[in-house]
Amino acid sequence: MAAIEILDLEKSYLVGFWRKRPRLALRPLRLTIEEGEVFGFLGPNGAGKTTTLKLLTGLVFPTAGTARILGMDMDNPRVKSQIGFLPEQPYFYDHLSARELLNYYGQLSGMPAKGRSARVEQMLARVGLSDSAGIQLRKFSKGMLQRVGLAQAILHDPKLVFLDEPMSGLDPMGRREVRDLIQQLRHDGKTVFFSTHILSDAEALCDRVGVICQGELRGVGAVADLTSGTQGKIEIIFYAQKVPVGLTNLGAGASVSGDMVNAILAEDQQDAALEVLRRERLKVISLNPVRSSLEEYYIQKLRPVEAERAENRKGVGV
Amino acid sequence: MNSRIGYIAFNTFREAVRDRVLYNLIAFALLLSGAAILVGEISIDIERLVVVNLGLTAVSLFGVVIAIFIGIGLVSKEIDKRTLYTVLSRPVRRWEFVVGKFLGLTGTLLVNTFVMAIGVLLALRYIAHGFEKMDGWVLVALYFIVLQFLIVCALTLFFSTFSTPLLSAVFTFALFVIGSLAGDLRGFAAIAPGVGGWLATVTCYLVPNFSAFNVINQVAHGDAIPGRLILYNSLYALLYSTMAIAGAVLIFQRRNLK
Repeated sequence: MAAIEILDLEKSYLVGFWRKRPRLALRPLRLTIEEGEVFGFLGPNGAGKTTTLKLLTGLVFPTAGTARILGMDMDNPRVKSQIGFLPEQPYFYDHLSARELLNYYGQLSGMPAKGRSARVEQMLARVGLSDSAGIQLRKFSKGMLQRVGLAQAILHDPKLVFLDEPMSGLDPMGRREVRDLIQQLRHDGKTVFFSTHILSDAEALCDRVGVICQGELRGVGAVADLTSGTQGKIEIIFYAQKVPVGLTNLGAGASVSGDMVNAILAEDQQDAALEVLRRERLKVISLNPVRSSLEEYYIQKLRPVEAERAENRKGVGV
Repeated sequence: MNSRIGYIAFNTFREAVRDRVLYNLIAFALLLSGAAILVGEISIDIERLVVVNLGLTAVSLFGVVIAIFIGIGLVSKEIDKRTLYTVLSRPVRRWEFVVGKFLGLTGTLLVNTFVMAIGVLLALRYIAHGFEKMDGWVLVALYFIVLQFLIVCALTLFFSTFSTPLLSAVFTFALFVIGSLAGDLRGFAAIAPGVGGWLATVTCYLVPNFSAFNVINQVAHGDAIPGRLILYNSLYALLYSTMAIAGAVLIFQRRNLK
């Protein structure tokens, strides 16, 4: 079953002094996310990622279109007891301690009193805040608030979790922990829909990704497919202090780092390249096909926008 | 009562307490005890009049200031700080949030007023060396002040759903001042000719009639308050605050949390 079915969801805001000029924040979006899937929503700032998440969590209302979440209409109040949401750069009631906040959110989520406290402690431990659980949130760092945000998003054991830039504000260790948490959610069979700027995280975590730009979905694809294709190139790493001339003659692009050389050349030159290295008695460390990266896919999807911008600039110049 | 409304109300109350809003009680206590001691020394036979007047006016003003200062940020601050996002993405309906906030603010003011009322009664006892039967009307005046707070809270919350905190404060305070002069405005409407009279009449019916709640002078003189006024004021405050809350809910239901 689809966890999320977005059916031509569209959002525009009225701007200007008289609020008569519409500004499109999200063009009609059609997207399906399957249950148990980890879906990454990629795009530059102002692309429409947060608007989409806010529409799905009922914080803003669509101008047109609708969505079905966990088989229910998005307006159905029962949906909200099944979803968790971490907003971008979250801010919480700073007069409360982390423990009090989670307890309050547990109450609002309809969690029964029995077992709520234990669940709160479990969540605090899971995000590494057990020791600071009694401190008021006004004394928390940005990273600690992000952890609280993650804890509140999964506190009530939702089936579907929306995370808006979950790695934002976290140090490398914190990012690693969030990655582990998302992996754990996937393992538990939860559906995760998250937006991010960090492509390596998306590549490591997501089953599928969507690229959105200027409110328009530019492409959706399975990460495995996007990164499995070779580009007809190979990468050879070997011990040497300079690039052999024979390899340069084969058209290899190479860089020297310490006593290692990293050379990239056409796949059909593989045998010739190995022959050069054998002749020069150089020790090969690795030889791998160069795979497509998510970054390339992302840039490829954004390229038309960049071209359009350049065209517009030219137009203005004329 | 819906349990989610109760949780939101309690959190609002807890926030006010932890933000040291109730510290105003210290200023109130100092003002009242200072006044009681001073009045005891300089006024002859009018100690009761002065203490009741001063005490009840202070209760009213302190309460209105607190209602406005907390009320203006109840919704707008939550939108600006984005604390609302993690509340409304839960199974909390928007009307529950508004009503919970209203009850939380009202609860804060009730506790505040209760403590201040005890202060007034103690000051009264201090200068008169005991209670008289007519002091019972002071309780009615306090009840009217609480009714006033209900309306002020509802109005600040109403403005808070669509306006900035500063504008909400200006609107509410302006309505409070105009409403406190509603009696005079009504008199003006009756005698003013043409458009002026018509405008004054419309304003009289639109703004909350706070002047009807002000019986401080009567009770200071020991005058009785008619039962009919108690009934009318109770119904009026209930109706007016319900309408303001309904308006707040209607606006907030449609608001995009950008």
